[in-house]
Amino acid sequence: MRYIPNTDADCKAMLQAIGVRSVEELFADIPAAVRLKRPLKVPPALSESEVARQVRALADKNANADRYSMFLGAGCYNHFSPSILNHLVLRGEFLTPYTPYQPEVAQGTLQALYEYQTLICLLTGMDVSNASMYEGASATAEAALMAHRITGRSEVVMARAVHPEYRAVTRTYASQLGISFREVAFTEAGVTDIGQVRKMLSERVSCLVVQSPNFLGVIEDLTPLAEAAHAVGALLVVAVAEPVSLGIVKPPGECGADIVTGEGAGLGTGLNYGGPAVGFFATREKFMRHMPGRLVGETEDREGRTGYVLTLATREQHIRREKATSNICTSESLIANMSAMYMVTMGPQGLRDVALLNLRKAAYAKDRLAKVRGFSLRFTGPTFNEFVLRTKKKPGEILKGLLKRQIIGGLDLGRFYPELKDCLLVCVTEQNSRPEIDALAKALGGGR
Amino acid sequence: MSGTGNTIGTRGLVLNEPLIFEQGSPGRVGYSLPPVDVPEKKAEVLIPKRLLRDGIPGMPEVSEVDVIRHYTRISQWNYCVDLGFFPLGSCTMKYNPRINEDMARLPGFAKAHPYQPEELSQGALQLMWELEQYLAEVAGMDRVTLQPSAGAHGELTGLMMIRAYHTSRGNPRSKVLIPDSAHGTNPATSALCGYRVVPVKEGPRGIVEAKAVAEVMDNEVAAIMVTSPNTLGLFEDQIVEVSKIVHAKGGQVYCDGANLNSVMGISRPGDCGVDVIQINLHKTFSQPHGGGGPGAGPVALKKHLAPFMPVPTVEKKGNRLTLDFKRPKSIGKVRAFAASFGVLVRSYTYIRSMGSAGLRRASEVAVLNANYIQSQLKGTYHLPYDRHCMHECVFTDALQARHDIHTVDIAKRLIDYGFHPPTIYFPLIVKAALMIEPTETESKETLDQFIAAMKRIAQEAEENPEVLRQAPHNPKVTRMNETKAAREPKLRWRPTS
Ligand SMILES: Cc1ncc(COP(=O)(O)O)c(C=O)c1O
Repeated sequence: MRYIPNTDADCKAMLQAIGVRSVEELFADIPAAVRLKRPLKVPPALSESEVARQVRALADKNANADRYSMFLGAGCYNHFSPSILNHLVLRGEFLTPYTPYQPEVAQGTLQALYEYQTLICLLTGMDVSNASMYEGASATAEAALMAHRITGRSEVVMARAVHPEYRAVTRTYASQLGISFREVAFTEAGVTDIGQVRKMLSERVSCLVVQSPNFLGVIEDLTPLAEAAHAVGALLVVAVAEPVSLGIVKPPGECGADIVTGEGAGLGTGLNYGGPAVGFFATREKFMRHMPGRLVGETEDREGRTGYVLTLATREQHIRREKATSNICTSESLIANMSAMYMVTMGPQGLRDVALLNLRKAAYAKDRLAKVRGFSLRFTGPTFNEFVLRTKKKPGEILKGLLKRQIIGGLDLGRFYPELKDCLLVCVTEQNSRPEIDALAKALGGGR
Repeated sequence: MSGTGNTIGTRGLVLNEPLIFEQGSPGRVGYSLPPVDVPEKKAEVLIPKRLLRDGIPGMPEVSEVDVIRHYTRISQWNYCVDLGFFPLGSCTMKYNPRINEDMARLPGFAKAHPYQPEELSQGALQLMWELEQYLAEVAGMDRVTLQPSAGAHGELTGLMMIRAYHTSRGNPRSKVLIPDSAHGTNPATSALCGYRVVPVKEGPRGIVEAKAVAEVMDNEVAAIMVTSPNTLGLFEDQIVEVSKIVHAKGGQVYCDGANLNSVMGISRPGDCGVDVIQINLHKTFSQPHGGGGPGAGPVALKKHLAPFMPVPTVEKKGNRLTLDFKRPKSIGKVRAFAASFGVLVRSYTYIRSMGSAGLRRASEVAVLNANYIQSQLKGTYHLPYDRHCMHECVFTDALQARHDIHTVDIAKRLIDYGFHPPTIYFPLIVKAALMIEPTETESKETLDQFIAAMKRIAQEAEENPEVLRQAPHNPKVTRMNETKAAREPKLRWRPTS
């Protein structure tokens, strides 16, 4: 086996040095009753060329954004990834070390993560960021737990316009600790109903959780939501599932958010059938010691040279065990660094330009599709690169029809919202050309 | 000065590189975008101005060349598996095959959307379905959820299922038994599930003894979390009796599967009475660690827990694979979308490359390599549990401490010799542990070089201890002031002015 260097002769020499006759003897501690007495039922080994052929055959059975016009977003966005990103994350020096426990030989990962933390702060307008969580939904769940720890309160108020899977994950996490849940409806504008928010908020509520742009594509006005939460001593948690929006949309940190979480895969990592992804997690300075996850800090070595280390470990499982702020250990360093590489490659101008391109293309599509007979806009609020169309025909049937023209037309919202079962969620990114958008309109019956 | 001649560690040219924020020039760009082929409306026309941002002050403005140089330079400050021996105990730092990277990047996987129709995702679903079968077979279990994103996430998912199981029988119960040698994620996970941790002491042989479990086991114990082989590198040889005791009082047996690399094809946790186990794909199944993720922590379980698995599960209906969301007793979801799918592609490719016999061979050689190191360093370093080990061996600094040389000094000195240090000061039940896990992907020559370096260090401890206290000498930086980092936390760069 090419991944196992030791030959039979090497093994024999080692057995001799140990003073045993066979490898079997080394396993003597395993009781006979629980030894496996047959080979594992796993197929026999394949050569590299065979395995590549078989795995490629599986890949070829899937639709993908190269072969289809992709108008599906819903928390997983089809953005362009500059070529250098892949080359850089494939460098063994980034790909193959462990979590940087020995800072003297991990300054590369540590400096990159320190820069990532800074970039997330700049993007979200927050004071401090951790070095990554698993992905957007569990990051949001951990934010709700953090708010519970800070406030000592056990009720979460969450907008129904938050990604359904983020809501589901937060509910799963929170219910273990007896934290209860209430959902706030959205209005005809497609934004969280502030009147209802005010009614639901009380001194029992630890946090209000909203998403912006929300799952319906609409940009929330966060400032009044923050004021409402703060008026009862609750925190505002803002999830951002589409980070590219922050190139142009006011960052939650400038609107009073206390914790900002979100999904960073949109920053250059891509679809990957949903993962790996990276959860970002940023907060205010005063809550720093309540954060879950790894933190990289600046310090100096014995000779006064600047360097970086994992720090504030007294929050973490390996020191605090059951009193830790989270159980998270391995997170998503490489994907975090990939998103940092994306942000520095784009720079302030590129982040703005790509956001504008998304906005304009989506605005064009929105106009164009809303004029097709049998379709109309469901919500009136401002959107970024996603919007909801109400349809006369069943959304499921429409989507099926589009597949024949190599178009993945969006999401049938009935899957998550019974009240929107006559609606489609359509996403347009910089990857969708005008001819593609026109072809979608035409396929829906919109002429031209 | 450092005296590491004739070993692989040496000094070389590395370049200084400031933070990216201290570089660049206004107007410099590293990106290109397609032209705007739709009406160029102003942002304020589409979004109310109060919801827009002005800019992103502080974001660097650099060229593509600058980005490549920046990351290439800082990358060279990292030690990694590709560079050399990385015997970090409990972390299974094996070689990461490159074919796996190619497979994960095939457009049919990398550019597939998780919500695209099932009939257009059959390849992804088949890969997941087959991977489930393989992992279930290796672990000796009935089903596997591929959803969790790392080991600790798997622990959490497993314990949530146990909690749901008990709740469905009328009482979620209140306690979890955890041996003192357990990884910190075990107690932290228990707390996240609302359980109180009851510690269990290991016996003199370094394993959990049935009688110790019997003493604390009662009807309020939801589960025991055992790690087998454990963090001392020892097989929990009373696990079958322990399981019987726990089951007799209605409890569940959770196994932390971080150390599965030592028993593939040799012994299966499911055959030892284990009900739930997480499998760290970024350890045993060759997913690269990436400097701290991404990983994946699939959870294998016995039939009686299947109703509580997170949604969706992958099911086979005739020739067609589907995602099943209609599972009324499910704990719900632990992450968005189906899984850290790209990680699954890598581990699937690995399993198909290794095959049944190859997986067994990997475990055998991993255990052989660990025992070889143990046998060669025994006597030079104190071995607290003097028995054959499994995939890793644990020494201490007891023989060096009389020269005022400690585990940390030994670890840092190894860096000068060209090796990554072992895991240190863990497990907590061993004073000043040095936990060495070589894995099967290292040759005898590499192990011999490492053994020689460890012996030289022991000699240096006697003859020239100061060189150890000042180690490492060769890397770009020396020991870092961690106290300062924690006392005056500086967690980001800030724009001046
Ligand atoms: C024994 C043990 N259990 C659990 C974990 C946690 O795994 P992860 O880091 O993937 O969350 C580790 C990893 O360090 C471990 O060594």
